[in-house]
Amino acid sequence: MLKRLGPSVVSAAETDDAPLFPSKLEFNPPAHGVWNIVHIGMLVPEAHQIYVCAINCMRGVVLTAAEMGASDRFSCVVLKEEDITRGTVEEITLAGIVDVLRKLETRGGLPPCAMVFPVCTHHFLGVSMSRVYRELEREFPGIDFVRGFMDPVMKRRLSPDQRLRAVMYDPLSPCNATEKLVACLGSDFALDADCELRDVLRRGGYGFVELQDCDTYQEFKGLARAETLVATYSNARYGISKLAKRLKRRYLYLPSTFSYEEIEAQYHALHEALDIPLPEFKEEIARCEDALESLRKELGNVPIAIDMSVHPRPLGLARLLIEHGMRVAEVYMDGVNSEEETDLGWLNEHAPDLQISSIVLPELRIASRQRSYDVLAVGQKAAWFTGTSHFVNMVEGGGLWGFAGIRAMARLMQEAWETEKDARDLVPRKGWGCVSCF
Amino acid sequence: MNRTNRILPVYTGDVSGACSALYELGGMVVIHDPSGCNSTYNTHDETRWYDQDSLIFITGLVERDAILGNDNKLIDDVVDAALELHPRFIALCNSPIPFITGTDFTAICKIIERRTGIPTFYVRTNGMHDYTVGAGRALVEVAERFVNGDGDTTVPHTLNILGATPLDFFQKDAVAGLYDFAHGAGFDVVSCWSMGNGLDELGRAAQASVNLVVSSVGLPVAKALRRRFGTPFVVGTPVGGFMNELAAALCYSEESRTDSWPCRDARVSSADGSCCVVGEPVAAGSYAAALERESGVPVRVICPLEAPQELRVSGDLWVDGEEEVERALAEASFVLADALYAPVCPPSARLEPLPHLAFSGRNCYGQLSSEHAHA
Repeated sequence: MLKRLGPSVVSAAETDDAPLFPSKLEFNPPAHGVWNIVHIGMLVPEAHQIYVCAINCMRGVVLTAAEMGASDRFSCVVLKEEDITRGTVEEITLAGIVDVLRKLETRGGLPPCAMVFPVCTHHFLGVSMSRVYRELEREFPGIDFVRGFMDPVMKRRLSPDQRLRAVMYDPLSPCNATEKLVACLGSDFALDADCELRDVLRRGGYGFVELQDCDTYQEFKGLARAETLVATYSNARYGISKLAKRLKRRYLYLPSTFSYEEIEAQYHALHEALDIPLPEFKEEIARCEDALESLRKELGNVPIAIDMSVHPRPLGLARLLIEHGMRVAEVYMDGVNSEEETDLGWLNEHAPDLQISSIVLPELRIASRQRSYDVLAVGQKAAWFTGTSHFVNMVEGGGLWGFAGIRAMARLMQEAWETEKDARDLVPRKGWGCVSCF
Repeated sequence: MNRTNRILPVYTGDVSGACSALYELGGMVVIHDPSGCNSTYNTHDETRWYDQDSLIFITGLVERDAILGNDNKLIDDVVDAALELHPRFIALCNSPIPFITGTDFTAICKIIERRTGIPTFYVRTNGMHDYTVGAGRALVEVAERFVNGDGDTTVPHTLNILGATPLDFFQKDAVAGLYDFAHGAGFDVVSCWSMGNGLDELGRAAQASVNLVVSSVGLPVAKALRRRFGTPFVVGTPVGGFMNELAAALCYSEESRTDSWPCRDARVSSADGSCCVVGEPVAAGSYAAALERESGVPVRVICPLEAPQELRVSGDLWVDGEEEVERALAEASFVLADALYAPVCPPSARLEPLPHLAFSGRNCYGQLSSEHAHA
């Protein structure tokens, strides 16, 4: 067991104990590319989001919508102090949502789908949201009401993000399946254009559709026809498996990974389930090796910092890069994804000096963000913490997947090293990949 | 229904207001709120977050601790951080869930102060009021605890600027403009509450011979300083053709030791609402006065915030929610307001942008010409 390097930093060799860091006060680095529930909900075409909360809580979500130019798809019901002291939160919630919908009706028509987001307060005051939805469905029978929640106080097995990735698909109704149609759902981003999965499925005679392909609500509802549902993003695992069970569809969880073995296993799973041809693994891996070798030559001994917001598998990426002779010095993360336990074990043994730093602990607010040497950061938070202008500007995997995903990451890192970016301008922007007011 | 906003955003809340007011004072501000709630403030309401460190944290409150009343975690975490980071003071802010469970912040502050030896106070917020309320209360706490003096040793022709936070003054030259105005009026600035100055400068506020309240955020602290030191105050924001009257009011109040409300008293409001200014009422009243000087047309102030009625002239409207704003603007042909008010302005009205960070957040950057954008 190696040393603890500081209250907010541990070495990879010291991460046997979970959680990595004690629960203390928290701060929030000014890197805002990670999507929140507003961004995610906007993926459902024509859906209108309605939040019911106090103004301090409302501010973040209402301005998320405004910053992405989507204020016309967002409304709110403001809870006030007297609602709490007089016990009228349930009535205001119901009356407020009805009022919003009536106003929408008179100004262009009702939306086909209303995503409703009550908050922590509703839990604590025992508001019957079942009654609220019952009344709403009676009043507006043509609207699909999605039962969202923005309740970060409820630290349960599933986060609001994970639950939204489940309930947002509730409007999909059981129907006859379209043979040989695969739908990839649950991710914020469509799979990268170069991803070989599309070709493999096409060669197997399969159609492939993603949520991001839908321009209308009807097209969204049509996703239910897919015979096979695929989730590639870990936060969508619960939601898409639940959807597949409800629609009685084949379900495959094929997370984006940096392990050749895991990708091969995923293709074997696809082959077994869909009888698709397997890609030429040797050829695909050889191309990845070329890309990684090119990156290694470019970087030499440059220290690399990775953060957990860039991809669900930051430790897997660290392992891949170290295995290929590169120098990963820091990983910024506050918890280990259970899918990364093997990678953590490997790093424990092979990279004991790798520093794992918290992202939120208070002392990091005043820690120096200047390095006397150049750093290549992979992720916005790592860029901010290391003060570098060489960084991969991406979040949540960015749609990278499979062998092509590994090559794309190598290419992005190489580009980031070759070309500086303005972190001050880019990382405070909310919702990477979304329209931004900046 | 005045609780619903079909398309307008809401103003910055009281918790963010308190954080903004205390940002540069070297203290540690702790919001008792769940993890995830912290990004609202630092993303949308705080222009300084990227470039200037400030010890503003959340506790990461969880359901179990809230229900079981586990205040010890809050206390221990604050004490640990304070002993590590050595802030000048500690301020605790409430939020909706601890408000519901009735957390006793006053007692918690006493315990923390005893354990750390660091002045600790509670800023009475709950996330359900406007930033004007939270920021105003935060500055009063500072005035009560950290300003010393007896009011008899004031320095002539000096003033404090009260109520300047980026929520109302986010343009990069805004604070410099306030200083320029003060100097132009013949006054030196003792302190600016609270941008560009630390706790030491604010602690000398009793030396000023008059206080200039540039937003409603500064009004409660002006009253506190008047009560404690007898310092008179003048209410108004230096804009356009209103500046001469404001400067004259400063001289008058310093001389007479009486308060002046030129943003209210130097204008008449529009009876028919054809010309309107929407926003924070001290700035809006000042713009209304300036417009009236320029055009000779009375201008109505529409205040959508929790702000004192004493800032209101007959004909002005204090409104609550989108529906009331829309109704108040129904007859307008000219509107000076943040551009995000466009959807509730009559189609025939001319909307002149008056960007306001506390309303449109970072969207207001796009309403500025590049030379005025915040650094």
